[in-house]
Amino acid sequence: MSRKVLVIGEVREGELRNVTFEAITAAKTVSEGGEIVGLLLGSDNLEDMGKEMIYYGADRVVTVQDDQLKNYTSDAFGQAAMAVIEDEDPEGIVMGHTAIGKDLSPKLASKLETGLISDAINLEESGDNLVFTRPIYSGKAFEKKIITDGVIFATIRPNNIKPLERDESRSGDVTSKDVDIKDLRTVIQDIIRKTSDGVDLSEANVIVAGGRGVKSSEGFKPLEELAEVLGGAVGASRGAADAEYCDYSLQIGQTGKVVTPDLYIACGISGAIQHLAGMSNSKVIVAINKDPEANIFNVADYGIVGDLFEVVPKLTEEIKKIKVNA
Amino acid sequence: MNIFVLLKRTFDTEEKIMIDGGRIEDEGAEFIINPYDEYAIEEAIQLRDEHGGEVSVITIGEEEAEKQLRTALAMGADQAYLINTEDDLEEGDQFTTVKILEAFFEDKEADIILAGNVAIDEASGQVGPRLAERLDIAYVTTITSIKVDGETVNIERDVEGDVEKVETKLPLLVTCQQGLNEPRYPSLPGIMKAKKKPLEEIELDDLDLDEDDVEPKTKTIELFLPPEKEAGKVLEGEVDDQVKELVTLLRDEAKVL
Repeated sequence: MSRKVLVIGEVREGELRNVTFEAITAAKTVSEGGEIVGLLLGSDNLEDMGKEMIYYGADRVVTVQDDQLKNYTSDAFGQAAMAVIEDEDPEGIVMGHTAIGKDLSPKLASKLETGLISDAINLEESGDNLVFTRPIYSGKAFEKKIITDGVIFATIRPNNIKPLERDESRSGDVTSKDVDIKDLRTVIQDIIRKTSDGVDLSEANVIVAGGRGVKSSEGFKPLEELAEVLGGAVGASRGAADAEYCDYSLQIGQTGKVVTPDLYIACGISGAIQHLAGMSNSKVIVAINKDPEANIFNVADYGIVGDLFEVVPKLTEEIKKIKVNA
Repeated sequence: MNIFVLLKRTFDTEEKIMIDGGRIEDEGAEFIINPYDEYAIEEAIQLRDEHGGEVSVITIGEEEAEKQLRTALAMGADQAYLINTEDDLEEGDQFTTVKILEAFFEDKEADIILAGNVAIDEASGQVGPRLAERLDIAYVTTITSIKVDGETVNIERDVEGDVEKVETKLPLLVTCQQGLNEPRYPSLPGIMKAKKKPLEEIELDDLDLDEDDVEPKTKTIELFLPPEKEAGKVLEGEVDDQVKELVTLLRDEAKVL
């Protein structure tokens, strides 16, 4: 059964987020040959980004451009998205499980009175069903889930589903729609950027994380340098956040973020079960810890027993060398 | 202010998860208040102490959830509701939960509803926004600060590490993020008082709902555990050599550089 599927794209700092392309891949599976319609909400330059969605597999794209869509609010984005959903009447909706996706998707699902599978890491056809896999208990277990009634609606976790090959020869219409956005109940007054280096934890391919062993906020400096060389992001354990060495927004674990980068480097992290829940599904784990008995070594692919303040700067230098040679 | 908190009883974060007969084994497991809901309870109590009114805590679940409700009462909430679905429902999802809550809130005239940003078990994060939509009130998720001044509410929220300052109005639903506050432990007098505070048990019938009204839209068909991770290689030798070996392994064996 082919389905028309709407992919709600996401723009950040004037660029499409990678998870948008991943959502198109997921939508292909949901559509079973049906049409993929992209949706972009924002205040400028959506036409070019619409084309980009088409290069990655969308058949056509609808944009809603409005000054009130400059910053995300659930009311403004909700009204704009609903107007397009009413026009298009899709049988499937896919978007990224990002801050916006988490905030907007339940609102839309509630309005449509449909089910919603959040934070899927995989989907596959199985008989008549589309089966979504998602982590539960912060990755201590997984569930396979289906939608039994109504629109197939899912958010997908960044970094788990591969985008299709970019194909500039693909073409499709990018049309704009006017929506009368009104009666907004929330107003964004200011956004304070704390993540200026740009790599978000949930989307990072490489994460360098620090625990209590980092000892102070200055102690994160060598970790930041390593992350920069690797093009990655810095994370932390609850121990480090509780000790105020870093912001809670960096916390990885059962409370905090759940991450699955290609490479996770744990520095001075003992490996409490709550922390492991948030990172143990990373593809490759490196542990650096003074204590050879630390639990983190039980999940690490590679371990170095030693002082992180000695090991991490050396690691940074060594990686710089091979990056230069490559 | 008429303040409500949505609470979920969850596995303790220390618990290992085991699967038996296609379901999560809960025999002997320790249960707690979902950690994010603790922030919600604490903030509700602080709002009440500043602005007056009452804090009501509500959960949907089984008889056993009374324990977590009593803990919330011991922290300082004024009353609690347990919507007991044990006899009526075999399964449910976020649609089910919100249908029930929508019926519950119909005559409550809530000024503010606080919930956790996510529950650490199923982690859908859907219930708060879904409920706000049904009640047609504004919502703000992942809040780290809230100030109420008359009808106006000023909020700071965590957006993937950035801080967003939001102005909105009551009535309102918020979901609470880490960093919002430091949840208090129940005091001994608090625990004594909690035993006498009102805790009302409600069934679907009391909300004029039956099983068909709340039939879930999704279904879990399988549960499984991640493959057991084997302990890897702990390197040996001088630090300089270990670092060189690690880089070689990451590049040539793991292929992540």
